[in-house]
Amino acid sequence: MKILIVDDFSTMRRIIKNLLRDLGFNNTSEADDGNTALPMLQAGDFDFLVTDWNMPGMEGIDLLKAVRADEKLANLPVLLVTAEAKKEQIVEAAQAGVNGYVVKPFNAATLKEKIEKIFERIEASK
Amino acid sequence: MALSESILSERCLEQARGLVSSIESGDEGKAVDHLREISRLNETKMFQEIGRLTRELHDTLVGFGIETEISELAEHEIPDARERLSHVINVTDQAAHKTLTAVEEAIPVCSELEASASHIEIQWKRFISRDLSADEFRELSREIGSHLEISADRYTKIKLYLNDILMAQDFQDITGQIIRRVITLVQDVEDKLVGLIKLSGDLDSDLPKATKKPVEKVLEGPQVPGKESATALKSQDEVDDLLSSLGF
Repeated sequence: MKILIVDDFSTMRRIIKNLLRDLGFNNTSEADDGNTALPMLQAGDFDFLVTDWNMPGMEGIDLLKAVRADEKLANLPVLLVTAEAKKEQIVEAAQAGVNGYVVKPFNAATLKEKIEKIFERIEASK
Repeated sequence: MALSESILSERCLEQARGLVSSIESGDEGKAVDHLREISRLNETKMFQEIGRLTRELHDTLVGFGIETEISELAEHEIPDARERLSHVINVTDQAAHKTLTAVEEAIPVCSELEASASHIEIQWKRFISRDLSADEFRELSREIGSHLEISADRYTKIKLYLNDILMAQDFQDITGQIIRRVITLVQDVEDKLVGLIKLSGDLDSDLPKATKKPVEKVLEGPQVPGKESATALKSQDEVDDLLSSLGF
């Protein structure tokens, strides 16, 4: 499973990378905003996208929308991990087709639970 | 009552004439009175001028919306920045303590494993060089057994402490986002103060355009205790509930 981690803070990317490794996902790549992430997604065979929302350049919500609008990427599972906690934002992300939403600060168990849930759903819908 | 400038000038001239004639006639007392009156009239003129400039400055500030913006800064935005920065101190304090606690808990566990392994190693070397009695060998195999027994448990513990240290580093992202907002605010204050200095330095020439109120950013970043948005959810559980109400 190949995962792309997108966050403008390199410390947060490392935290998520380590947590994913702990969950058995060793094949991860990193990008620092949507503008860098989108070409990587289009060029690579990623199976999962974990992205922050508030980033300079292209924000996570716009990356999500771009992914859903891209024929090749439209079904890519996307998990938002963000400090944005307002109701209207969560609704916006849901409407844009997010697969999971984790609010920062989060703990390892929450991230694990959300990722597992996303993959359970995908399996179930196959 | 403010006196008009022409009346003030006329009175000054009157007093000056009086002064000349009283000096010519040698009336010193009267000359001093005239001098006093002239300086009083001058002061009146000066105060009127200061009053006029102050009014002009005030009107210009109001006209360019700068006064309200500055009072907005002083009343809301600077206290807001102060609270955000205090929250940064709290978050970094918690992260540092979380890390230190994990290290303090993990070190004795490592020492325990280290001591047990070193002791076994010494005895094992003696065993290899056939230097161990049967009783000592029985003791050694008991030690190896208990070392193996505790190892798995202790390594799991150490991994948990390391995980705590890993998660504690999320403060950098959280505080970074908060500090970025404060930097934007400081920039805003700087721009407004520069605008104010330009205005008061030269009221009549090349007035700067009214500084635009910063566009209210939709993204708020981490919620700060005491400053939470009305619609901000308080926990991951609330987020999960909202999502499941949306069919997730």
